[in-house]
Amino acid sequence: MRALFLCLAILLAPMTEANAVLPDEVLADPLLEKRARALSKNIRCLVCQNQSIDDSNADLARDLRILVRERLVVGDSDSAVLDYLIVRYGDFIMLKPPFKGSTYILWFGPLIVFVLAIIGLTIFFRRRRVQMAEVGDTSPRLSSEERDRLARLLDKDEGPA
Amino acid sequence: MPRLIFILPLLLFGTIAAYFAVGLTKDPRILPSALIDKPAPEFKLPALHDGGSGLAKSDLGGEVKLVNVFASWCAPCKVEHPVLMLFSERNIAPLYGINYKDKKADATAWLKQLGDPYQRIGQDLSGRAGIDWGVYGVPETYVIDREGRIRYRHVGPVLPETLENTILPLIEELKK
Repeated sequence: MRALFLCLAILLAPMTEANAVLPDEVLADPLLEKRARALSKNIRCLVCQNQSIDDSNADLARDLRILVRERLVVGDSDSAVLDYLIVRYGDFIMLKPPFKGSTYILWFGPLIVFVLAIIGLTIFFRRRRVQMAEVGDTSPRLSSEERDRLARLLDKDEGPA
Repeated sequence: MPRLIFILPLLLFGTIAAYFAVGLTKDPRILPSALIDKPAPEFKLPALHDGGSGLAKSDLGGEVKLVNVFASWCAPCKVEHPVLMLFSERNIAPLYGINYKDKKADATAWLKQLGDPYQRIGQDLSGRAGIDWGVYGVPETYVIDREGRIRYRHVGPVLPETLENTILPLIEELKK
């Protein structure tokens, strides 16, 4: 039984998230802490840049984690906390870029490329079909001579004995 | 007209290549400040030196000033230090310091050993003023205009070239 538990524990160990939140940062109120964690996951650590402050153990990330929690305790809404940081660090502080005028091309770009590709392919295949219809099927056919020869060869060859 | 469509992939490739070519020459670690052309943030820091002057928002403006964020634990700060000393000796503009998350004894010893180019030094023990300024890596240097707005931020050590080619011309222009 103990071995089973141990196996399970080892198996599940990698599933717990690696994060850098230290015990002294955690808020007493579990609801606020949950909001802080959710917010932190989308806030970029500007020192390590591709880590969230929730993951990073950089000094600035810790300061920002504490700051986020302070703002929440004071009663800021989630968006107010983000705005507070954006005013100071710009949109780059968010790991997920905001949805606004200057980022439309970022959000819609892939969709536009996809639609263009579909349109291009449709035009290409449609044109090819029209061309094929115009020219007619010109794939080479066997002449009667060749057909006779093929038949003879097939008759003769019974395959490896 | 239908021939034009064959140039399209080439054009597309050219555009993307141009973007990449420009993008690759940029240092992704250097971020634009969100505060450019905006007033310096509200902050008030106690003096680092006993009996010295601290630093607050009200100290900025009036004339063009330089604000430098530094710490004794920061290696690149030592690199830029001689450049700041030179700047200070030339009396071009006041240089103010924000001593970022440093120990008072360490910072004063550091300045005593290397020289103190700052007219005022605010002590930012918690790093909160740093966050208000959008500081993410020391050293950082800001050029503040007469109206107290941030006009330029330099991240990393101020090298002689940075000073001569970017900061000094900007100060000249802002002084006009």
